[in-house]
Amino acid sequence: MTKILTPTAEHDVAAHDGLWMSPADAATVTGWTLKPEGMCRAELCVPLPASAVGTNEVDVAAFWKKLGGPAIASDQRDVWALGAPADERNAALEGLEAPDFTLPDVNGVARSLSQLRGKKVFLATWASW
Amino acid sequence: MWQQLYSELKDKNFMVVAVAEESRGTDHARPWIEQAKSDYWQLIDAEHRLEDLYNLVNVPQAVWIDEAGRIVRPPETAGSTDHFRRMDLKTRTMSPEDQAERLAARQAYLDAVRAWVITGKHALPADAARLNLPKVTPQIAESRARFRLGVWLRAHGRAAEGDKQMAEASRLHPDAWSLWRQAADLDEVGKASGPDFWKRVQALGDKPYYPPAKL
Repeated sequence: MTKILTPTAEHDVAAHDGLWMSPADAATVTGWTLKPEGMCRAELCVPLPASAVGTNEVDVAAFWKKLGGPAIASDQRDVWALGAPADERNAALEGLEAPDFTLPDVNGVARSLSQLRGKKVFLATWASW
Repeated sequence: MWQQLYSELKDKNFMVVAVAEESRGTDHARPWIEQAKSDYWQLIDAEHRLEDLYNLVNVPQAVWIDEAGRIVRPPETAGSTDHFRRMDLKTRTMSPEDQAERLAARQAYLDAVRAWVITGKHALPADAARLNLPKVTPQIAESRARFRLGVWLRAHGRAAEGDKQMAEASRLHPDAWSLWRQAADLDEVGKASGPDFWKRVQALGDKPYYPPAKL
């Protein structure tokens, strides 16, 4: 199994030769679905080169790079991190809608920013280090 | 750290969300959180997800979000100043003048938050808010992915490999103090404010460590 880390999740997927995997796994990991036009999400499709599509499988690393996102592998290539493309982050921030997130509190209770809609929120970071 | 502010304003439709950028996890952050005796949200962000989402580079940084969930002040230093750079490293003390200035700057920032909650002052119009957003570059995006991978490898007993990813993350995004300092802390508690940290701070020259918020 190959471990794939996305900005908000972890997946264990049967992949080979990098990130070649079934279209179903590709959809679970990326949120994009393989169609004849390419990888599609909602109305948008990103065309793939023929070299990134096989018989009932797709090269997610190639797709991710086409999308403009970093695909970084561990030395043993058993763990990968797929990062958000810079353009996607910039577009979200420029929209000025505060990106939602869910993080645990000290008791493990998950809290989401969106639960605070209707209040002014002062969001601040800190660290022990 | 924000409890007094929160106690004062919590009846005014206001919330503080304090996020610990702490890859050592909840148990490491717990003593500080318990000591704060806070009743606002204290969340743990072991993977520095918030920094990825909001393009943050240091702690403490703050983002102000209005009732409609819109950013009205992009990421900025949350009241800290560069006075620490002049402290006597042997005694770890600052001059009385610097201490006073430092406190005053922090107070001014807290006053600004207070004014925003009560009157709406200091909230930026959309154009100005957009203008102040730091841009995510492809290098920064790669840095975040490498950092995420590094934290995972470290947490799974692959420290040397994790450190390599984190070092590359810092090289790609040298302004992100929180990446460098977190990696140093994971290597050894205390290293994030050790001699290598001070060398990096000195290398800033005239550049600020904590760019002051433009209030």
